[in-house]
Amino acid sequence: MTLLLIIYRSLRQHALSTVVTAASIALAVGLLMTVWMVRDQSQEAFLTTSKGFDAVLGARGSQLQLVLNAIFHLEASPGNLAWSDYEAIKHHPAVKAAIPIAVGDNLRGFRLVGTIPEMFTITYPEGRRFRLEPGGRSFDPSAKEAVLGSFVADKLGLKVGDTFHPFHGLVYDPKGDQHPDLYTVVGIFQPTNTPDDKVVWIPLHGLQTMTGHDPKTATDVSAVLVQLRSSFAGVMLGITYNRQGNRLTLAYPVPNIISDLFSRISWFDQVLALVAYLVAVVAAGSVLASIYNSMSARRRDLAILRALGAKRRTIFGAIVAEAALIGLIGSLGGFLFYFGLLSAVAEIIRAQTGVVLVLTKWHPILWECPVGMIALCALGGILPAFKAYRTPVAETLAPTS
Amino acid sequence: MLKISNLRKGFAFPEGAGARTPIVSVDAFGLAAGEQLALRGESGSGKTTFLHLIAGILAADQGAIEVAGIDLVGLPEAKRDRIRAEKIGYVFQTFNLLQGYTVEENVGLGMAFGAGLDHSRARHLLERVGLSHRLKHFPRQLSTGQQQRVAVARALANRPRLVLADEPTGNLDRKNAREALALIREVCREHGAALLLVSHDEDTLSQFESVRDFAEINRPSASA
Repeated sequence: MTLLLIIYRSLRQHALSTVVTAASIALAVGLLMTVWMVRDQSQEAFLTTSKGFDAVLGARGSQLQLVLNAIFHLEASPGNLAWSDYEAIKHHPAVKAAIPIAVGDNLRGFRLVGTIPEMFTITYPEGRRFRLEPGGRSFDPSAKEAVLGSFVADKLGLKVGDTFHPFHGLVYDPKGDQHPDLYTVVGIFQPTNTPDDKVVWIPLHGLQTMTGHDPKTATDVSAVLVQLRSSFAGVMLGITYNRQGNRLTLAYPVPNIISDLFSRISWFDQVLALVAYLVAVVAAGSVLASIYNSMSARRRDLAILRALGAKRRTIFGAIVAEAALIGLIGSLGGFLFYFGLLSAVAEIIRAQTGVVLVLTKWHPILWECPVGMIALCALGGILPAFKAYRTPVAETLAPTS
Repeated sequence: MLKISNLRKGFAFPEGAGARTPIVSVDAFGLAAGEQLALRGESGSGKTTFLHLIAGILAADQGAIEVAGIDLVGLPEAKRDRIRAEKIGYVFQTFNLLQGYTVEENVGLGMAFGAGLDHSRARHLLERVGLSHRLKHFPRQLSTGQQQRVAVARALANRPRLVLADEPTGNLDRKNAREALALIREVCREHGAALLLVSHDEDTLSQFESVRDFAEINRPSASA
């Protein structure tokens, strides 16, 4: 009780430096937690965004490019593969399901993906499936119809019954060619929290035969998404396509390829973490500096408390506890900063990739970082506490007679 | 209540080339329970050092200082702190109120390190010194006389057996000084606390029935 009173009054007396110091701690805690959460959650989100597919078959090229193109709807397709290649893998005994996709056009920056209706019957991990918003339906494979991902519908303000002309190419150019084909929105998917939310789904045949596309490639597909019956089948198919053949590439297993991507950019995480650590150390240093600098002003108060019977260790404890409390206040503020920053980063990631970070997901860093910061601040309080500990009472309580 | 024998305290001053200059040298001194005594002494005569030794703020070089039967000399600092917190009240010339704390909190801290914080007692004492309407005020919001009354209330907060007052009226005008002194003596009497006051002010000293010259008690030159 007495200790709390001493700490409270000291914080009040030095309110400005308390607020500034706590704010710097909030910045450090928020930054540290955000770096960790974004790193771990984005890795987890990307790794689990295989959408239930084990492998991707595409033209000869980089496995990573194939996965980014077919699963994450990023990057350009490395090339096309013939319909017969699709038929071949579809009927392979080791293959459970094979879904062809074709890309090449966009609707104001959102990618058009041509596919077959079976795509929407695939079960995602954790039992999730495509679900349509009420009033919508899947497209007719032979009609010029489209089903929109939730993010597309939201951003473009499209609803069931609206029509559009697709733009040529994967990159949106407002002055670029627009296909004369008129598509009608017949359904909107509920959010899947995957890159599919950023896709305009149209029938495979529609994209293959879009006006202006080369008729010679009208049966080609960009990639085939594959579900396998066993992991052994994936290894065997990988040998067949990647080592024995030289025309196609089988990207398998999908999570490993994404993991490889993250390991390539891990240096960036390390730089961010280093910056966050430095901010944390500077913040703890500011606690030390602010309390230490106020020691001269507090000297008399400390001497009076000692004269009233406060033990040296009580004064020492009060200063260390005060530093820790500044750390606690800063850490609480850090959560506000963290939620704000994480929300902004999550929105950017969602807008760029369609991958959704769960802001409320628990992570050990959410307690490790604040506790560590409080401990660091308490450590920063030791030097000024030692100075307070050594305050000479009689000398400080002048005048003498 | 207070029994002092062969008390010695010296300080090493820079000009003394390491030698300790005796400041306090008291062969024998005592104060009975409830007794009120004033010590007359000029500035720089070592009165404050003497009180600091009795309060355990300073450690004696040698001798004995018994407060309520406990010899402070030789005790570790933490134990002297404890005795000061539990048995001794101190009124300073400059009041030494904590400026960042309310009046009530200042008085509360007078008992916080001994028996513990008791807000109702703090309020009762402030009511006794006529400041019940100033509980939440800060010292800077009070007059000098009122600040002295807070200091008196704080000195008695821990139900002390001995109250030490160091030039308690030095910062007050004559009227306020007399009132403050009367209050200190009265409240000490009510609480059964012994009072040892040091002052060089004749008007203050004249209020006491029992006055001694500090120079007669303290003979540092004799021990040099």
